Amino acid sequence: MSVQGIAVAGSDDAAQDLAAQHRKGIGWSGIVAPIIGFAVFVGLWYLMHYWALEALWDKPSFLITAPHRVVEDSYLEAIPREQMLRGLGWTTFVALTGLGISIVLGMFLAIVMAQATWLERSFWPYLIAAQAVPILAIVPIIGTIFGYGFSSRILVCVIISIFPIVSNTLFGLLSADRSQHDLFTLHDASRRTRLVKLQLPAALPAIFTGFRIAAGLSVIGAVVGELFFRRGSKGIGIVMDQYRQRTQYPLTYGALVLSSLLGIAVFMFFGWLGHAIVGRWHESTRKSS
Amino acid sequence: MSDVSTPPSGESLREQIEAARDPKPRNMVLVFNGVSMTFPDGTHALDTTDFAVNSGEFVTVVGPSGCGKSTLLRIASGLTPPTTGNVVVDRSSLGYVFQDATLLQWRTVRRNVELFAELEGIPKAERTRRAAESIDLVGLTGSENKYPKQLSGGMRMRASLARSLVLEPNVFLFDEPFGAVDEITRERLNDELISLFQRLGFGALFITHSISEAIFLSTRVLVMSARPGRLVASFDVPFAYPRPPELRFDPAFAELAGQVSHALRGAHA
Repeated sequence: MSVQGIAVAGSDDAAQDLAAQHRKGIGWSGIVAPIIGFAVFVGLWYLMHYWALEALWDKPSFLITAPHRVVEDSYLEAIPREQMLRGLGWTTFVALTGLGISIVLGMFLAIVMAQATWLERSFWPYLIAAQAVPILAIVPIIGTIFGYGFSSRILVCVIISIFPIVSNTLFGLLSADRSQHDLFTLHDASRRTRLVKLQLPAALPAIFTGFRIAAGLSVIGAVVGELFFRRGSKGIGIVMDQYRQRTQYPLTYGALVLSSLLGIAVFMFFGWLGHAIVGRWHESTRKSS
Repeated sequence: MSDVSTPPSGESLREQIEAARDPKPRNMVLVFNGVSMTFPDGTHALDTTDFAVNSGEFVTVVGPSGCGKSTLLRIASGLTPPTTGNVVVDRSSLGYVFQDATLLQWRTVRRNVELFAELEGIPKAERTRRAAESIDLVGLTGSENKYPKQLSGGMRMRASLARSLVLEPNVFLFDEPFGAVDEITRERLNDELISLFQRLGFGALFITHSISEAIFLSTRVLVMSARPGRLVASFDVPFAYPRPPELRFDPAFAELAGQVSHALRGAHA
């Protein structure tokens, strides 16, 4: 019996064309567009500094430092640069630790919740509560129990970043087709086999979406945590706050930009990781993130 | 194993004698004993049904949409337990090809084809060998490392077929497998399915709403009425295998198609 792939060739070519278009698209959507976006952003920033602040709001222009001043004062001077980079290192450490805990705990919770509707229903309210709780209101409690240092920062990080991981993982685990479940039912697959060979792989695209969102939030969590829990090492949030108190605006913006860059970096890392793992087979993963 | 419509003991004795004489024993690989199905919401999907599929027999059920044909297969496979009656089938060597290819999109063709063997606990070396064989049988050699999204509809159905072939099934269930592919691909897949059937000699229960496809493939065509599904007529198809594509334009083919069509319309009325 011989079968030629003739009937197939058309759609195969179409897939390859698409892939080629995608590769070509990187020139525009991957490089040119972001550069234009960045230029617009910097342009608006200058506009605020040189014109809008005074003309529209009647406020002094130093409140929003000009971008080149930020670069000169923050990054080209050795002392603030050292200070900020060290802070950034600490914040990164807290953010990634918190994110790691969120990932392990969040995925575990989602897997438990995926086992039965009653489990799902029992856990949901508390997760939404964790999402909605005003951190500021429970700061004294956290501080009293866990101290005003490292552990409390990490806890804030986890509270802020765990929700998207649980919700996306759970959504993903429950997204496997009924007909795909049938395949496993047909061969009497155990709960564990079903989880490992069907539900988790099916959930991967959603899981990576959750990781990406949580990664951004974990940086926010780390910086916010530093603002409240100031004992111990000086993260970028503390450094930034000290500049602000001393009205060193260029340095404040310098630190702000760095902490944003950290958020963008972890966000993009998980986008890249997701694409590397899932992109080969998933229909709608885009390279950009 | 026995069919309820005939005296059980006599049938099985005759079977044994025949099996002893016949160089190609016609043992039943799938038996429906008084099976009926009423869903919890009260939908009466399947009226009491008795029939059997022998090995080396290709039985096709034709019927209008929504008459419970798919329910018949779900019951045959054990996915849905029937309300009354029982089904006799060896589930460990059961092939099942669904309406959609239902491939796991994160697995390559090779790994998809290995899935059932994996779930049945067939050792890795044996699994790999059988998967390569099945892939070759359906003509997908060279595409082993492609992902489902890179395959055409026809190739996906072939992969889905190969996934069941790995189990070397005695009985094969097909749930309108070629409904979603174009006419030309469908005819070619029919040819390929027949040659597989001839080579491997499994018993097949095939569901379709195409009369022409039913006759072209089968040794026997069963006609099912509209809901609640009931088998209302049975036609033996006399044409010898292999069946050339031109058979579809043979007067005898057309006459049989007319009879099946008539029975179908009768079932509707």
